[in-house]
Parts: sequence; structure tokens; C-alpha cells
Amino acid sequence: MSYLTIKDLTVRLKNGAPLLRKVSLAVNSGEVRALVGESGAGKSMIGKAVLGILPRAAKLTGGEILLDGEDLLRLPPKARRAKIGAKVALIPQDPLTALNPSRRVGPQITDRLVDILGWKRETAEARAVELLDEVHIQSPERVMRSYPHELSGGMRQRILIASAFAAEPKLIIADEPTTALDVTVQKQILKLIREMQERHDTALLFVTHDLGVVSKISQSLTVLYAGKVIEETDVRTFFAAPKHAYSRALLAATPKYTDPDGSLMPVPDSIISEVEQEVAAFDAQLTR
Amino acid sequence: MRDARGQIRRLPGLRLWLSGGWLLILVLAAVFAPMISPHDPLEQDLFAARLPPFWQQGADPAYLLGTDSLGRDLLSRMLYGARLALTVALIAGTLTCLVGASLGLIAGYYRGWADLVISRLVDIWMAFPPVLFAILLIAVLGTGLTSIIVAIVVIDWTRFSRVVRAEAMSQGAMDYVASAQVAGRSRLGIALAEILPNVLPTIVALLTLEMGIAVIVEAILSFVNLSISTDQPTWGGMIAEGRTSIYQAWWVLVFPLAALFLTVLSFSQLGEGLKDYFDPVLR
Repeated sequence: MSYLTIKDLTVRLKNGAPLLRKVSLAVNSGEVRALVGESGAGKSMIGKAVLGILPRAAKLTGGEILLDGEDLLRLPPKARRAKIGAKVALIPQDPLTALNPSRRVGPQITDRLVDILGWKRETAEARAVELLDEVHIQSPERVMRSYPHELSGGMRQRILIASAFAAEPKLIIADEPTTALDVTVQKQILKLIREMQERHDTALLFVTHDLGVVSKISQSLTVLYAGKVIEETDVRTFFAAPKHAYSRALLAATPKYTDPDGSLMPVPDSIISEVEQEVAAFDAQLTR
Repeated sequence: MRDARGQIRRLPGLRLWLSGGWLLILVLAAVFAPMISPHDPLEQDLFAARLPPFWQQGADPAYLLGTDSLGRDLLSRMLYGARLALTVALIAGTLTCLVGASLGLIAGYYRGWADLVISRLVDIWMAFPPVLFAILLIAVLGTGLTSIIVAIVVIDWTRFSRVVRAEAMSQGAMDYVASAQVAGRSRLGIALAEILPNVLPTIVALLTLEMGIAVIVEAILSFVNLSISTDQPTWGGMIAEGRTSIYQAWWVLVFPLAALFLTVLSFSQLGEGLKDYFDPVLR
């Protein structure tokens, strides 16, 4: 049974230009699904639509977002916020702007526990210390009292991960959580997310443009181009034999450590125009 | 993981001490004016008119900074003038800040039609020449302390709302606001608990700057005799009187002018210093 089910999700700019074209995907409980595509393909937009934080210029014009069988879009705003706050969490892309610079770290972790779950402040703080310990932060009490600028990027991303798992959500949306970090830290953070996800048995929707990351963390993936689902499969099948030509080209464009000179190939123009045609045909079909 | 940041502390700078010191002197002067003034600021003594300050020839040591053309003691008048200047600075500055910053926060964070209305209003407001606007307002409202304060709030709230709006907009686009939204915070909660603390350093800097500006506006209004009742000593009024006798008695003009200059400078410098102090990253 899938925990998150998105059906025919359509998001448009205010002027009508489509950002997401009838996207459908599902994330099972305890499963890691990667959402792959080049920049501008609408990967992050899906996460934002689920969380209800679409940018002002974008508008959700159709589809369903089922969380645990309940359509989020039909809930009144307040109930929806409460449900999302209790069941879903976000690991944001940029750890440098994702913590409020003028507030101490501790309350930023415990806010949700106190506000939404109604915990006592002391209980929430004890829980936060526990979590910081779990993401391998030394002297968590001191870190709780720190301001974000006093901590490094890797530290902050660890805090954000701890914070995401704080309320034991059933689903976490990770929006390129390693993109803003340098490579060595990236690896640790990835390992950490994986470790936390397994321990807490959380469903994870992992947005990324890095196929190397996909192979390490996820069981299934969805490939997106121009807001349209191009391919949806499990990781093993994808890396062995991608069905769609665009997926194959994307895979070929991934640098390999074993062959540093050979394999770096941009996606050929012929394939781009092929997908573009496919998208155009899809649009035409919709309007007909 | 460990991190060595956050061990850096900065000392409050010299300018914070100097500007704070001058303003403290001014506050004491204003509060204790009746006790420390050597003379009644309104008492005229035509036999002691245009006495120079103490270091010049022909000075009377009873009149430390000399007298004006009606023989009134300059020092006493300046002490009393500080009362009005500071009252206006504090009350008008704070009110302007409250009005302007709230509107700016609403426009910058809530956006939409509220932003549209407020921003257009600011545009229109900015097209009025401020001093002329103030004079016009006083002419309508009548003179008096309340009118001065109302005039300053009405002409200057745009200074706050423009800057705070821009700042709130850029803060609103940050990921931490999205995170707070996902965590179920209400719009108002985010505006007050997440955005406001980050805009606060700017607001503090603007507030002290505004206090300086309020002092200037009050002086200008006094200069054109539109401040409070004419017999009460004000720096602007003293400057206006001094202007007429600049060749015979320069001190009547220069002392209040210097006090005005130092006060406005101190306010702006205090603001810069406090801004750093309120900023968690620079702190």
C-alpha cells in the first residue's frame, strides 16, 4: 500500500504555462523513491505541491495528492497544515538558508513538536538532544544553544535531518539535500539519511539530479522531463536497461569514476527533440 | 562533528560610546533642565544683550555661552530646547517606526493586494516634498507638540515601510520560512516569530536615524515658526533668531546649530552601532 499517491497532478504558472503535466507517482511506506530530472524539470515543484508551499507564481490546477488515502487538496487549509505538519517533513536543499539565522537552533527543532504535537517543552528538548546525538553531533546541548551561523554547512544539514525526523513523520521529502555541500560531506550526509530512513522506516521522496546518488539511496525512481513523467521503474531495472531513450542518454551522461575520460556525454539534441515532441503530443492530447 | 565558529566576539565600537555619550548628556540636560539652568530661559535683560561666550573679551561669567539680542541666556535656552528636541525624537521616531515597519512587514510578507495598496501609497507619498508637506500639515493641524509628532509620522512612515518591505520579501523567500510553513506555523506566526527578528537590526538602525530626522524636522518647523508656542525655547527657533544677528553675534546661531548637528550625527551613528549589536551574525 503506497503512503503517498499523486494522481494527475497539474501545476501551472499564473499565465497558464504548464510546470507539471499530469504527474502521477506513488511512494510506498518505508520505500525510497528518487525523483530525477534536469534542472527546471519540475522535480522540486512536486515536493512543494505536496507540502503546500508552492511559490506564489505557481498554481495547482488539477489532480489529487493522497496521503495515507486522504486527499490533501480536499482538506480545509488548517486541517491540511496540521496533517502535513504531523506526517510529512522536508529536508531542504540549502542548509545555509533553511535555518532561521536569528533564532537558536534548539527551538527550531522543537517548534513542531510543541506546536503541532502538543509536547511539553522539556520533553521536546530531550527528544531534540537525542536526535542530534543520533545524527552524530557532538555535545548536542551546546549546539542547541548555538545560532546557525556558528555552525558549518554539514553540521546544519545534520541538524535539518534531525529536525525532519523529530516528529516521526511517515514521509520525508528531501529536496536535493546534498547539492549545496562539498563532495566528502555529501557522502556522509547521504549515508546518514539512508541510516535514519531505515531506522525510522520512513517513506522518502528523494529529489535529485545526480544518478550516482540515486543508485546509492533509492529502490525506485521516476524520471521527469519538462514536468512530465518519462519513465518510472525500480533502480535495478533502470541501471540495467532503461526503457526510454532519454533515460538512456541521461545515464550515459553520468561520469564514471572507473572511466574518467570516456563516458561523459551530453544528452544528444536528437533525443531532446524527441522528448520535446512527446511532451508536445501529450499537451495536444490534453487540450483535445 | 565540531565547529570552532562562534568564539569571535566584537567590542562595541568607539562610535557607539561617543554617540551614546552625547545622547546621554542630552537626556540628562533635558530631564534636569530646570535644576541646572543658570537662568530663566525666557528672562530678558536688554543690558546684557549679545554677550559673547566665556572665552571671549567682554564676556560675563554668569552667561557661559553668552546671550542673544534680547539678553536671554543661551545655555539655559539650549537646555530647555533639548527637552523638545528629545521628546519629539523619541515619540515621533517610535511612532513612525511602528506605523512604517508594520505596513512594510505586511506588504513584504503577505504580498498580494495588501502589498499593491501599500506600495502604491508609498510611491504617491514619496512624490511630495517632505518639508513642504510637513509645513502644510502643521498649517492645517495648527501648531503644538502633537501636531509636530503627527506631521513627522505622516511624512516619514514611508522610509520604514520601503526598507522593511524589501527586507521582509527577501527573508520570505528563504527556505527556513518554507520549513516553518511545513511545520504548521500560521502566516502571522511566521511574520512575527521568523521574519521580524531578522528584520529587527535594520529597523533599529532606521529607528535611530529617524530620531535624528525628527530632530531636524522639528528644528525646521521651529525655524519657520510653525513648531510650538513662540515663547518656548527651541533649537530651530534659536537658529532663526541667530540668523538675523549673525554678523554681530555669531554664537547665537552656532551653538544651537552645533547641538543639532551633534545630536543628529549621534543618532545615526548609534543606529549603525546598534545594528551590528542586534545582528546575530555580526554580534
